[in-house]
Amino acid sequence: MRTRRALLAVAPLLAACNTGIDPQRPIEDFWPFTILTIVKMVIVFTVYMVGVALLTFAERKISAWIQDRIGPNRVLWKGVGQVLADGVKNFMKEETYPAAAYKALFILAPALAFVPAMVTWAVIPFAAPLPTPWGLMSMTVADLPVGFLFTLAISSLGVYGIVLAGWSSNNKYALLGGLRSSAQMISYEIAMGMSTVCVLLLAGNVNLNTIVQQQATQGWNVILLSLAFLVFFIATYAETNRLPFDLPEAESELIAGYNTEYSAMKFSMFPIAEYANMVTASALTSLLFFGGWDIPFTTWDNVPPWSALKTLLTLGAFATKMIFFLFTFMWIRWTLPRFRYDQLMSLGWKVMLPAILAYVVLVAAVLLGLDAAGIARESRAFTGILFALNFACVALLLVVLDRGRLVSPAASRLRTAELSRLRAVAARSTLAATQGD
Amino acid sequence: MHTDLPLFFTFHFYLFGLLAVGSALLFVTRKSPVSAALWLVNVMFCLAAEYVMLDAHFVGAVQILVYAGAIMVVFIFVVMLLNLGHPSETSDFRSKGTRLAAGAVALALAAEVLAIQRQPWPQLASPDVPDNVIRPVAQAIFTEYLLAFEVTSVLLLVAIIGAVTLAKRGAQPS
Repeated sequence: MRTRRALLAVAPLLAACNTGIDPQRPIEDFWPFTILTIVKMVIVFTVYMVGVALLTFAERKISAWIQDRIGPNRVLWKGVGQVLADGVKNFMKEETYPAAAYKALFILAPALAFVPAMVTWAVIPFAAPLPTPWGLMSMTVADLPVGFLFTLAISSLGVYGIVLAGWSSNNKYALLGGLRSSAQMISYEIAMGMSTVCVLLLAGNVNLNTIVQQQATQGWNVILLSLAFLVFFIATYAETNRLPFDLPEAESELIAGYNTEYSAMKFSMFPIAEYANMVTASALTSLLFFGGWDIPFTTWDNVPPWSALKTLLTLGAFATKMIFFLFTFMWIRWTLPRFRYDQLMSLGWKVMLPAILAYVVLVAAVLLGLDAAGIARESRAFTGILFALNFACVALLLVVLDRGRLVSPAASRLRTAELSRLRAVAARSTLAATQGD
Repeated sequence: MHTDLPLFFTFHFYLFGLLAVGSALLFVTRKSPVSAALWLVNVMFCLAAEYVMLDAHFVGAVQILVYAGAIMVVFIFVVMLLNLGHPSETSDFRSKGTRLAAGAVALALAAEVLAIQRQPWPQLASPDVPDNVIRPVAQAIFTEYLLAFEVTSVLLLVAIIGAVTLAKRGAQPS
């Protein structure tokens, strides 16, 4: 009796599922589209927020592992509850506002730091499309025709949060942190944008799903455009303010940089924004250079007919790639020391920008030449030639960089000429100071 | 705008238009330069939304990327360095204003709900959105308007050289 009643209750649901629409064609009806989009939004948001919270725990555990410590291990199972404990602590703390702060912007800034990182996720395709009773559902919250430009445009807004936090605090250390951050982000954004131009040259479109499909047929961009990947990878570290580029919050110089005056949950928003940016940067790296949701060495996952199994497996592939890059973020943080400010600027403007500009011209010329020679884009010869070219480029760049001329390690001795020049400057300023008195 | 467009589009087109005009008014009346600059960023966003409503996705994205993301950041950078206007004296975010703003947003939302109810939901994607949105733009720039495009680049180069020259003139010879 009970089972029959349950079946009766489920029957309309089953009937609704049997729509007679071809599940391999994109959804056309309005209501299924809207409801499924809202479901996707909720799921992406939830997974994203929980993931960001768990990342803070992962960071502490990984740093402990790298430094041969144990790390948080008290709250709940193996210390995972530390995330909750930290959250509760941040909510319970008293919020303080500096008397001289510009209050409106002071309150707005933490949200401005966080929102762009999250909004970028609206256009990121995270798996192969899923067939549903109402049609084929794209595994992107919004499959925009300008998807890639949207990510660039929105991620360039993240700097507002940090700059405004620094300025509205009315604190000189915070202001210095904010200024450093805006200079750094603008400098590296240019190199980052140029490196993605190469990706667009290969894909011929700015739609992110097209870029994934192009990599599935031609090979991953990390092989075809290795130098662009290197530049992009370095630039993401600068854009997310992670070590070795965390100058905006250099503790030894600026207390905590732009977030010095913040307390309680408003302070906590900045680390959350940082982790959110890391997730987005990892997603973009795997999307643009590591084939997105493409499973390597097979092509069955990139072609119709689509199935739920394909969606699940490609989702796994994408998650694996992302988690690897997230781990790399932490790995590098606990391995490398911070750059000096002049090193940061010279790396950005004198090394990466000229290198990537020359590389864009080179890639464009080679693509033109290969097309003129009649070599098909999907052929092995095309992939081989681009790979050989990139191997040579990367080898050249690394050899040049390794000479210790362009980016001098902080520990290295100064050249004699440089040292005497610096001493002369110091002597002159001392002289000027004494004469001023 | 065509008259046969769904109410959904018409409503949002005018909503963003009004927001842009409102933000522009606030931009010119604010005392604090930083908040004025931020209102200008809001204008840029509303304009980008207008471009997207007119099916110019590329122009909309570039509008945010270039104006809101790059130019305005540099602008705010300069304003902060000069620190024009003491922030505590020029605060414009009083509680009464906040309440009024919240009321206005509520009204806009109510109007939106009304507009949506009045007519069946619009078509999801207009069928004539091209598959590749950058091709038409690139074709126009690099064929028909190539000369104008290149001359503009030279103009920007001249401006950069001019800025460097001005900066060098003020520096003490070392």
